[in-house]
Order: sequence, then structure tokens, then C-alpha cells
Amino acid sequence: MAGTAILGRLTWRAGTVCSVRDETATARTIALSIPGWPGHRAGQHVDVRLTAPDGYSAQRSYSIASAPDGDRVELTVQRLPDGEVSQYLTEELAVDDPLELRGPIGGWFVWEPQPAPVLLVAGGSGVVPLMAMIRTREATGTGAAFRLVYSVRTPGDVLYATELAERQHGDNGFQLAYVYTRAVPAGWPVPPGRIGARMLAEPGWAPDRCPAVFVCGPTGFVEATADLLVSAGHDPATIKTERFGPSGGQQ
Amino acid sequence: MGIVSRGFSGRRRPGAENLPPGQYLVTDFPVLSAGPTPRVDLAKWEFRVTTETGQAHTWDWAAFLALPSEQITVDLHCVTKWSKLRTPWRGVPVETLLAEVKTGAGFALARSYGGYTTNLPVADLLGGQAWVAYEYDGAALAAEHGGPARLLVPHLYLWKSAKWVTGIDLLTNDQPGFWESLGYHNYGDPWREQRYWGD
Repeated sequence: MAGTAILGRLTWRAGTVCSVRDETATARTIALSIPGWPGHRAGQHVDVRLTAPDGYSAQRSYSIASAPDGDRVELTVQRLPDGEVSQYLTEELAVDDPLELRGPIGGWFVWEPQPAPVLLVAGGSGVVPLMAMIRTREATGTGAAFRLVYSVRTPGDVLYATELAERQHGDNGFQLAYVYTRAVPAGWPVPPGRIGARMLAEPGWAPDRCPAVFVCGPTGFVEATADLLVSAGHDPATIKTERFGPSGGQQ
Repeated sequence: MGIVSRGFSGRRRPGAENLPPGQYLVTDFPVLSAGPTPRVDLAKWEFRVTTETGQAHTWDWAAFLALPSEQITVDLHCVTKWSKLRTPWRGVPVETLLAEVKTGAGFALARSYGGYTTNLPVADLLGGQAWVAYEYDGAALAAEHGGPARLLVPHLYLWKSAKWVTGIDLLTNDQPGFWESLGYHNYGDPWREQRYWGD
């Protein structure tokens, strides 16, 4: 837990939007070029600042979705029903627009490329920082065994569906399991339901293999999942969590 | 002022005018923790103050509850940008816990079940600025919000209000805590927007 997260002052930088890509009906990936970007580690986030003509400004944090790649950074933003910033980022922001941000932030919820197995558990858009880890694993060729358990409300809510399917089929070191809580795809063998202990109990990622565990999602999801993992015998010190969004406990 | 964002006018919320810079108002109570929520057995709960000379003062749950407590209503400011106003708590002033403690230490490191730590000057724990809180909104403090008891230091960003607190080490030299070692500001004053190193 060395203090290597942020080496200097985090200054606001002006990035430029290179491209935007809709991931679902309510989520968009924004690719930015950020001159002077110091690089990041998988799992870190940035602060984004919007400013109105009268000087009013609003800041929010967004996870980085991409692997380290020079001065290029991708954020995936989930539009929230009352989201002052997320609505702007997913509906208004366009290619060539400037966007102010600072980062990378967070020195805890990060995966450093190494061979030990990794269990990722995502609830909804909590998959974004975990996707950065999956992409970094691929980019660095570490060969660590990764398993992603990804809980979504409906099939239409899956971020990165195509890319995840390709990785699942093309790479036997990467396992993927979906949990649908509201509606399942046609022909799915089980009714909608919450994540259960069995989903987290694959032999390759059992507590005795000491996997690094990353759990990200809404508070209730993370609480429930972390409790399941601790009950299953995982050392709490091996479980890193990132909770976001409103409380309320229900995913 | 930052770069104007084309087409952004913002949504100013009533009641949000007097928030610290960069914060927005919430009405729910978000939870942020770095790991699983520890489940602390009250029969084994302990609060321990250790001085710079190694002298320890401890309270078990019953002794802690027997201390005079205060009801306070305070605003919370989280470094992840949300603020929640007028939150009602009950807790024991840290000053009460330190009353019998002989110390000349200038710094404190709060320690929690689960291994979390956070540092702050002793002066910020005194004078009606800090409590060890065990009730929220009239009920026992829920584990996910730091129960059985958490530090409450509302004039600093909320990561300083250590959940699941079990003690305070009084130190001659400042020692960065968990987030303070990971890029977050050593002091964390929301009104000066001290979020990260160098702010």
C-alpha cells in the first residue's frame, strides 16, 4: 500500500473528445486525448468539471474504462435520471469539444499486472473500472486467470457486451458469468435473481487460491457481495471495493 | 474559472448555494468504503486511546455508553463530491474521551476495525468539533455507516470520520493514514477544497 497513487499536484487539464460511442441506451463511452496525461493504473478514476457561462460549475468522478494508452483515456458514463453531469456527457458533449478533468485518482482500487488470479464482481456500471483491468490484462499479457461475474438488470444493460463475448471465446484465461436481476435473455436457464454464493465459488478463484478480488457497483450490491465473499472464506484484506451512486441498498 | 462547457447551463438545486466548492447536494446517504464491512461484536468492542508515551486508556461498550453524550446535527461533505445537510447523530465528544489523558501530542491517528486509519491534528478533535458517534437519526448506527461507532469530524471531508473506529493513537509526529497515503489530502478541509495531495 505504498503512497504511489499521485506523485504531484493534480492539475485540471483540458482534454479533447476524439470519439463517442453508445454502449447501451443509457451509457456512452467518451474517448479523450489529454495533453500531458501522466498515465494511469487500471481501476483509477478522474474528476470531471463542467462550467456554465456564468461560472457555475459541477464536478463528478468517473472511472477510466481503458488500459493505459499514452495520452488517450476512455470514460464510460452511465446516464442517471436526474444526472446534471451525466446527462450532459451522454447527450450533449460531442467530438472536438474540450472537457476539463484531473486525475488519475485513487491508489487503492487498482490492479497491478501480476500472475495471481483475479475475481471481478460488477454490479451495473460498476463494470467500468473492472473493464480497465480486463483490458490491461490483455495489453500486458500477464496471463493471470480472470473471472468476471457481472450483474445487470436486463440483457440490454450490459456494457461492452460484444467485446466481452469476444474475449470469452478467444481467451481461456478469461471467464465470464452474467447474473440478470430483472429480465433474462431468451432461453436463459434460470429466472432473474440476485448474485449468489455459487456464482462466486468457482474452484480457480476459491479462497484457498487467494485471488485478488475487486467488487464495484451500487452500495447494496457491494455490501451483499462482500458479505458473501467473506462468508465463503475470503480474507477481507484481499477484497477491494468501490461503491458508487445513491444509497438505498437495492441494486 | 474553468473552460466553459458548450451547451452546459447546470441545474442549481435549492439549498445547494452554500456548499463547499465542487460539492453537490444529496438527500440519501451514500456509502463509501475500501473493503467489506466489518461486523463488530459489541461484547468484544473496545475503544483505546494510546498516548505518545504508550499509556493506554480503554473503554468497553458499557463504559463507553456511560459517558456523557451529545446530540448533534451536522453537515457532511464527502470527497467524492456529495454533501448531506443537517444529519442527526448522538455521540461522545472526543474531548470527553481525552479528558483524563495526559498528553502533549499534536497529532492523532484514528484506527478502525478492519485496519482503516486516518490522521488529523489533535486540535481538530477538541472544542466541540469531533465525536465518537453511535446513533444516527435516533437509531443504533448501522454497520455500513460505521456502526457500532464511528468518528465524526464534520468540518473535514468524511474520510476523516473513520467508520468502525476502535481507538486513537496520540503521536508526536504526524503519520498519514490510509487514504492520506494514497493520494488524498493530509488535512482535508472541504471549504478549501483540499481533496488530493497538493490541493
